Amino acid sequence: MSSFKPGGIAYSAQNCAVMRTANPITIVSLSLVNFDYSNEDRKAFTPPPPNDQFQEEMVIRPLYSGDIYASFQFRTQWDTDFLHDGKKVSHYRLFPKSLGQVLSKFSVRELHISFTQGYWRTMQWGQPFIPSPPGAELWVWFHHTVTDVDGNWKELTNVLSGIFCASLNFIDSTNTVEPSASFKPLGLGNATDHRFLRYATLPREIVCTENLTPWKKLLPCGSKAGLAVLMKSEKLFHSSFHSQAVHIRPVCKDWQCTSTAWELRQTLNVVFDLYTSGQGKKEWSLFKMFSRTLTEACPLASSSKIYVDVTDNPGVNPLISTAVVLGDRRTYSVYDLTKKETFGQLRSLNLLLRWKGENDMLRPPLHAERYVSGFGLQKGEIHTCLYNSHPYRAYPVLLLDSLPWYLRLYVHTLTVTSKTRENKPSYIHYQPSKDRLRPHLLEMLVQLPPHSVTEVTVQFERALLKWTEYTPDPNHGFYIGSSVISALVPSIVAMDTNSTRDRPLFSSFFPTKEESSYFMRVYTEPLLVNLPTPDFSMPYNVICLTCTVVAVGYGSFYNLLTRTFQVDEPSAPLAKRLANIIRRLRGVPLL
Amino acid sequence: MVLLFVCFCLFVCFSLLVLLELSLMLALLTKATQFFSSGHTNNWAVLVCTSRFWFNYRHVANVLSVYRSVKRLGIPDSHIVLMLADDMACNHRNPKPATVFSHKNMELNVYGDDVEVDYRGYEVTVENFLRVLTGRLPPSTPRSKRLLSDDRSNILIYLTGHGGNGFLKFQDSEEISNVELADAFEQMWQKRRYNELLFIIDTCQGASMYERFYSPNIMALASSQVGEDSLSHQPDLAIGVHLMDRYTFYLLEFLEDIHPASQANMNDLFKVCPKSQCVSTPGHRTDLFLRDPGSVLITDFFGSVRKVEITREAINLTNPTELSLRNELKSEALFYVDQLPVADIIHQKPKQKDWHPPDGFILGLWSLILLVFFKTYGIKHLKHIF
Repeated sequence: MSSFKPGGIAYSAQNCAVMRTANPITIVSLSLVNFDYSNEDRKAFTPPPPNDQFQEEMVIRPLYSGDIYASFQFRTQWDTDFLHDGKKVSHYRLFPKSLGQVLSKFSVRELHISFTQGYWRTMQWGQPFIPSPPGAELWVWFHHTVTDVDGNWKELTNVLSGIFCASLNFIDSTNTVEPSASFKPLGLGNATDHRFLRYATLPREIVCTENLTPWKKLLPCGSKAGLAVLMKSEKLFHSSFHSQAVHIRPVCKDWQCTSTAWELRQTLNVVFDLYTSGQGKKEWSLFKMFSRTLTEACPLASSSKIYVDVTDNPGVNPLISTAVVLGDRRTYSVYDLTKKETFGQLRSLNLLLRWKGENDMLRPPLHAERYVSGFGLQKGEIHTCLYNSHPYRAYPVLLLDSLPWYLRLYVHTLTVTSKTRENKPSYIHYQPSKDRLRPHLLEMLVQLPPHSVTEVTVQFERALLKWTEYTPDPNHGFYIGSSVISALVPSIVAMDTNSTRDRPLFSSFFPTKEESSYFMRVYTEPLLVNLPTPDFSMPYNVICLTCTVVAVGYGSFYNLLTRTFQVDEPSAPLAKRLANIIRRLRGVPLL
Repeated sequence: MVLLFVCFCLFVCFSLLVLLELSLMLALLTKATQFFSSGHTNNWAVLVCTSRFWFNYRHVANVLSVYRSVKRLGIPDSHIVLMLADDMACNHRNPKPATVFSHKNMELNVYGDDVEVDYRGYEVTVENFLRVLTGRLPPSTPRSKRLLSDDRSNILIYLTGHGGNGFLKFQDSEEISNVELADAFEQMWQKRRYNELLFIIDTCQGASMYERFYSPNIMALASSQVGEDSLSHQPDLAIGVHLMDRYTFYLLEFLEDIHPASQANMNDLFKVCPKSQCVSTPGHRTDLFLRDPGSVLITDFFGSVRKVEITREAINLTNPTELSLRNELKSEALFYVDQLPVADIIHQKPKQKDWHPPDGFILGLWSLILLVFFKTYGIKHLKHIF
């Protein structure tokens, strides 16, 4: 039996009057539809030029540990206005309609959602193009006309949980925070009133094929043409890091930047560990990574390119271009899929690269770690270590910590030390938690001295939850979301601040305002904390014990008081018993 | 003589033709009556796996194999509510991520590449299950998580997990009893949320779950009788757990032979997995069902029937309207916001806290102080104060 594809395969049965199809549609004989054009209209009518465009791009970067980092970016830019009152947007071409309706219904200015499986190891892999924390992360800027931000937020999370098949409906007031300085909008705009920002993470969220399927369906070509054909879930999830995200924000329509267009970026970052897990040599190819090769670009795309990072593997490489990304100038070998020559004779493209030598990785300038210390189930201490490995420059970082209410923080024990001396943050914003209502929010602006480790410690006490609030597997522990560290890091190479030039997508995600530094975000590990767990079989045990005590204790006492004893005759020997039986049969009185 | 012979032949041919035509009409009539007698216009499926933890891999594989069959036979994802209590495919213990196998030696991946799970993980609770059935969901629930059936819907409900005499365990922490389930179905009947319902359960002592049903038009199948255990089929040594339960394994084999135009009926389904293969005795209950099970097609519940009209009328489409260009307001150039404005952050004014009237405690404290004061010093001192 061929597997069913829900695109609608008509299966004709013996009964010709009724056709069995998947979708309830009325089929109209197309030949009889006529367009009501008059002659002069036919000359005047030309379809308006499409005001949306689609670009797709893939970057492949071999990492120093032997892993491969592949990053897909799909960008749809559409010149329209979702938030314009009165005129509802109803014609969608490349932009997915489900997201467009969500944006206009909830008056969303910016939406960033990411699903990640695995943790990005900054020390071994360097910095990612698009950072993301483990689990699910959602942050949204609402339009300033919204009156009930919390109500919109609650409905938005429910709608997104239906679109992405994720349990985003678990986002409620106990894990939503309103950062006061972090997460400034990445798109255009001038008003930054943080009352319209909401941020939430679900560190426990699992990412699997059911999240990838609706994500792929948002692409204009789906997973049928272009770079998205490489996305086979069996290969993508067999990796050490997998992250898929959707970023929607308003951007400049053109170089004058007088009006806005909406940009939808879908990104997928994956790190394959074929070498470090012992499965392969230090060489890779598209076929080895994705079990597919490329045959064509997406016909709807205006540009479709593959960038291979060859900075550490110089050789005779065709089609070289350079780009400044993450404070470093890298050399890329570019393959343009819209050109027929790329595919060669066999009409398929498979790239192969072999490592040549060992290179030392440049240490990332900012790196963070977090762990819980202490013993027992009552107290603990959270340590966050921030490493600044720049030899002579100090720079400020903004640390955002959102901790659930059941970790009762002792904020008077909050200490920030660098190089064994106290380092006073220049800005602290702390919002205490309310039991079962609100989590802790701690935001600090800390200046990191050059070439140092800064440690932030705070002690906490674990709370006892009500027995219905425990998850079905409470002995696994409770996850605490990652800390977010936002920093303007000094850059070795001058960054490109000209936002109008055509740049590859991976270098234009974070807007750069000055040439000497670039913005980056680092996420720490999520924590796993054990809370004191009651014995859930206790009610059953108590009932058993009480009933046994009552039955044995009271029952025997009652028997003792009310039972009467009678003397029983000793049982007769066998002969007498047999004689009695015969006598009974005869009807004669017994012996 | 020859004339007689010719007449006789003609008569035989004529009668044969008449018989043929009659039989054809009868066949068509029975097909038509079969088609129109089922009385449903759409199909829904609610497939639930209630077990958590890696060693309950087989329950997830059970549900996914029924999901796969149901999708293959025509029910779209928008009409399937799939609830999986734990994630096996991307579990870190799975040696082949993003796959769930039903046959050993990894022959058949029932997870596939195109799966949409509506309720997953901690969302699979007794409360959510009953809310999906009765339709009493919070208003912000998305459409994919709702059972939007009407009184002409045939619904297939498949439950699997660990169960006992009269209950089914959800996620190792709560149970649903057969009385609750029967009441939920009665609520569905009273709200006209189904036309006919097929209930299949694959747990230990599964027959106890359908003992208490009392609403009409329900047909129920279970993998084992009261007092019997449903057994699992075969382990896979590479994955390390049992892959499927016996009843659902043979059910999947049976369903793989069904195609959307198949004429197999419920009596064939009752014969799936006899005691020799299943070790337990599968049971079924048809007394609440109005039609004869022999006339009920498998595709009435597992497939999806759509009535499609083919029309030959012409439709006139109007000219697409020209999109009017937006008024280009000559505004000043917009700019991107500074991501880390250190100076602004340091000098940020604290948020204006909303003024709240004093709390009851503060009011009480002040009134106590005033009471004590006036009691000690007397009212006559008031005029000195005010």
